Amino acid sequence: MFEFFRKPQPKTALQGRLLDARGISLQLSGRRVLEDVDLSVEPGQITTIIGPNGAGKTTLLRILLGLQTPSAGRLLRRPGLRVGYMPQRIVVDDVMPITVRRFMALGGRAPRDELRRVLAEVGVEHLLEQPVQSVSGGEMQRILLARALLRRPHLLALDEPAQGVDVSGQGEVFQLIAALRDRYGCGVVMVSHELHLVMEAADSVICLNQHVCCTGRPEAVSQDPAYLRLFGHSVPPGVAVYTHHHDHRHDLHGDVVKDAVKEHEEC
Amino acid sequence: MLMDDFIFRALLGGLAVALVAGPLGSFVVWRRMAYFGDTLAHSALLGVALGFLIGISVNLTVIVLCVSLAMLLVLLQRQRRLASDTLLGILAHSALSLGLVAISFLEGVRIDLMAYLFGDILAVSWNDVWWIFGGGLLALVLLLVLWRPLLAVTVHEDLARVEGVRVSLVSIGFMLLIALVIAVAMKVVGILLITSLMIIPAAAARRLSSTPEQMALLAAVIGSLAVAGGIWGSLEWDTPTGPSIVVAAAALFAVIFAMPGMDMLRRGAARR
Repeated sequence: MFEFFRKPQPKTALQGRLLDARGISLQLSGRRVLEDVDLSVEPGQITTIIGPNGAGKTTLLRILLGLQTPSAGRLLRRPGLRVGYMPQRIVVDDVMPITVRRFMALGGRAPRDELRRVLAEVGVEHLLEQPVQSVSGGEMQRILLARALLRRPHLLALDEPAQGVDVSGQGEVFQLIAALRDRYGCGVVMVSHELHLVMEAADSVICLNQHVCCTGRPEAVSQDPAYLRLFGHSVPPGVAVYTHHHDHRHDLHGDVVKDAVKEHEEC
Repeated sequence: MLMDDFIFRALLGGLAVALVAGPLGSFVVWRRMAYFGDTLAHSALLGVALGFLIGISVNLTVIVLCVSLAMLLVLLQRQRRLASDTLLGILAHSALSLGLVAISFLEGVRIDLMAYLFGDILAVSWNDVWWIFGGGLLALVLLLVLWRPLLAVTVHEDLARVEGVRVSLVSIGFMLLIALVIAVAMKVVGILLITSLMIIPAAAARRLSSTPEQMALLAAVIGSLAVAGGIWGSLEWDTPTGPSIVVAAAALFAVIFAMPGMDMLRRGAARR
């Protein structure tokens, strides 16, 4: 599996991207899980993979991380890329006595003050000496995020970061991710099962249903017929979705970027 | 000297084994590999037979056989038709039976089968003691080197892999460790009881620990107490020493399990 990444990689093909995947396909016992998926992650940008259950989002993320080998396609990663990973759900068996402090230190060097700093940054500093089994799902997500930050990552890979967090807290999670991106300047690739909440955090959205249905800026994707066909106009009543109807956005340098749906295929 | 020489040797060998078996056993418990360890231990008898057959060190053939069987198991587990526990059951008992059959073919060699199956610690020579020390020390050093990556893989394999841990290398190292400890501990408790010396002290230590390191160290301490208690009991009541050590370990486990107010985990879990 690791040989996959050790192949000499032409640097020019990355063009400053952290990660670039082309034509990723995966077949598992004859079933098509992913088909010809292109995806790239730029430094300082948040790329969000959305799609219905069973769309292959988590599988795609695992392939990007080298945890799973695709049947076809090529994947380039910037040499020496440090990744902070937050898996979808992590359950530590009761038989393992382990505190949050010790758990954090498993990822690598963890100086005491550094440890406190990252935990404070995600708002769970008070859990430092607790057994990991005693923290709630939402707290565990934050601890995993802190463990990822401890590595000073170039890329954060987050699988359903708001899972196990109640609706009121979910927006907060995405704001936190956006803030961390600003502070660390890292790229972010994350998986989410719906668009509404990730809207204000994402720079680009990939709508996945085995293949890429549409991709582009979140505002553009939310208006895309392919997206609407998958999700409908499924905004629950009472939830105000913040939509800009600007015809442009600003990129990191403040320059105007035209909104455009980059690619569009039939779903 | 207050003690008879053979008791002293037994105590030295037994304590050395307990010191390694405790920390390693913690990993066996965490990784739910008790039956895996048992299977490897069962196959050790075949290693003994091979050693006599080829005429080389039994310790060496035991290690080689355990490691090969471990690799075979890893390969077999990749297929999905049979569950892991079925595979382990097949291999454990086939290997043990194969060992017994092979030994019966050895002509002109008298093997004390009971000593291999249940241990004969009171008969260990100084040579055996040095072997236990050497092998045990090697295992401890290897375990120290592997400690953090092995722990990371045990807690969450994918996370460890993304963080750059070479998972397959670590897993192979861990199997090598188990094989080494089986070869080392064989003399003390015998191949049928080795797993108990790994998992009972570790399981007993769980309730008293709040970090992995605490559990590993406490397991070593509890194992040592069991060895000392078992040897003493066996001399006092003239019982077989290997099983007496296991009985002592089980008694310690029961006492700790029944003790009120020591439960680190439950204290934490109350917040849930």
